[in-house]
Amino acid sequence: MRGQTTRERTTGETVVQAELVVIGAGPAGLAASLAASARGARVVLIDAATETGGQFYRQPAAGLGAGRPEALHHQWRTWERLRDGLAASAVRVLTDHHVWCVERASGGFTVHALLGPEQEQPAETHARAVLLATGGYEHVLPFPGWTLPGVVTAGGAQAMLKGQLVVPGHRAVVAGTGPLLLPVATGLAAAGVEVAALVESTGPGRLARHARALTGKLPEGAGHAARLLRHRVPVLTRHTVVRAHGDTRLTGVTVAALDTAGRVRPGTERQVPCDTLAVGHGMLPHTDLAEGLGCGLDGLAVAVDAEQRTDVPGVWAAGESTGIGGAALALAEGHIAGCSAAAHLRGTVPGPAPAAFKARTKLRSSAAALDAAYAPPAHWPEQVTDDTVVCRCEEVTAGAVRDALDLGAGDERTVKLLTRAGMGWCQGRMCQTAVAGLTGCPPAPSRRSFARPVPLGVLARHHTQEELS
Amino acid sequence: MNPLERAGARPGPAFTVTFDGRPVRALPGQTVAAVLWAAGVTSWRATRGEGRPRGVFCGIGVCFDCLVTVNDRPNQRACLVPVRPGDVIGTQEGTGHAGADHEGADDGGDSRAG
Repeated sequence: MRGQTTRERTTGETVVQAELVVIGAGPAGLAASLAASARGARVVLIDAATETGGQFYRQPAAGLGAGRPEALHHQWRTWERLRDGLAASAVRVLTDHHVWCVERASGGFTVHALLGPEQEQPAETHARAVLLATGGYEHVLPFPGWTLPGVVTAGGAQAMLKGQLVVPGHRAVVAGTGPLLLPVATGLAAAGVEVAALVESTGPGRLARHARALTGKLPEGAGHAARLLRHRVPVLTRHTVVRAHGDTRLTGVTVAALDTAGRVRPGTERQVPCDTLAVGHGMLPHTDLAEGLGCGLDGLAVAVDAEQRTDVPGVWAAGESTGIGGAALALAEGHIAGCSAAAHLRGTVPGPAPAAFKARTKLRSSAAALDAAYAPPAHWPEQVTDDTVVCRCEEVTAGAVRDALDLGAGDERTVKLLTRAGMGWCQGRMCQTAVAGLTGCPPAPSRRSFARPVPLGVLARHHTQEELS
Repeated sequence: MNPLERAGARPGPAFTVTFDGRPVRALPGQTVAAVLWAAGVTSWRATRGEGRPRGVFCGIGVCFDCLVTVNDRPNQRACLVPVRPGDVIGTQEGTGHAGADHEGADDGGDSRAG
């Protein structure tokens, strides 16, 4: 690779040099890397997975020898274009790198990662500029029984299907809200799972109200609708799962209708037997690395300008980390960000494809419409019984959170101090918005020093090196 | 059609791992979670507080619900860790360090800041 050096420190730590380091090899990171590399920047692309593609283009594990991976994907042609472009480019790809921190250093940045599934061996990448394409993860609100084995996130079911070619059971309910539920339901059905119902809390009326902004999404929606019909998946709109049943694993769910205000209509509850519940209420952006760098946020997403620059010089962001909007928007944003970063490094003008700006404007508008149309039911906390676990890691119940409110807690942070909700392994990623909802305040950005767990030995070694240097 | 057939998969030769002492078939490239799902197992952890069963939840390494013990190392995320022939996978009870005091040694599997 041109001008890139890799050396081993005496500690065995790998050190890589680049001009631009792109973190995340999903649609945004791939588009950004290709654009920046084509404009002369020396790019290193880092991802935690063993293959590029991110969550949207998640690839079956190589050992499984999938001959027709496209059977499980949408927009496969776009993926082929990205994959082939990457292979033909000078971009250096570092997979199996779990980034836990990006640090400002003299003349640029140091990206700290842990290698492979064991995540104990550290690796550093030094670069003059950083582009964050860290994506998002699924938002799930609690309900009685949601911790039972057999209850998985909709995206998790999708990831296990696309990457591992496995399904969790024989009869599934897909529930929650949002556009992701459609491909998950059709994907599971095509993979031989009987999908007993797709339960969507939004009513058709809400989608109709945003029809103009969603016209571009109509063909995609129609395709999903046709596949649902073909697989005979019953669709229940303005319904919700109020409880998951089972002792040691899921045996069924109770589904109920919602009124126009988002409250469960009494007397409409009915049980649906199933061994799998794939559930999700939209997506949340991954912002840990951006926050660690001191980047400003816009709500829960990284704030960016027209060129996808954050407010920290030398740091760009694109894709779901800057707001949830889907793969096509991520591609447009990634392209614009990659062009801007390369221009910054080369002292030239960015010159991205005009189509990318046009696509970004249109797709951001439909993303905002989808977001408004697919909001979780307004009164979801009323369905959360006192014995429902809210923080899955620390097993903190809704009752304990409500007790904390009675004691005077008025925000997530005080609830956390009084109950330990959000202090476990996942650092509040699964329960944060639920705690905020039960508290009655809007979710606030979390401050996490590290984006993932780090062995104390790695930190100690790092500290010792700093003292020696 | 099952997902392997649907994707036209021609995996390398299957091998055996064990889960709680019983042999389980595994394919190259599969994670611990995929091997267990394929074997019909959906839970492999008992929580620290209530001893409740857990397995895969987020499936992408964010939630830590699928923690499992692999070859005596507790707290491995089953959705991320690939299996190797002969792996000894066990249900993780609580922190997975229950026996560490008696052995007088803790391999530091969860000595992590985060």
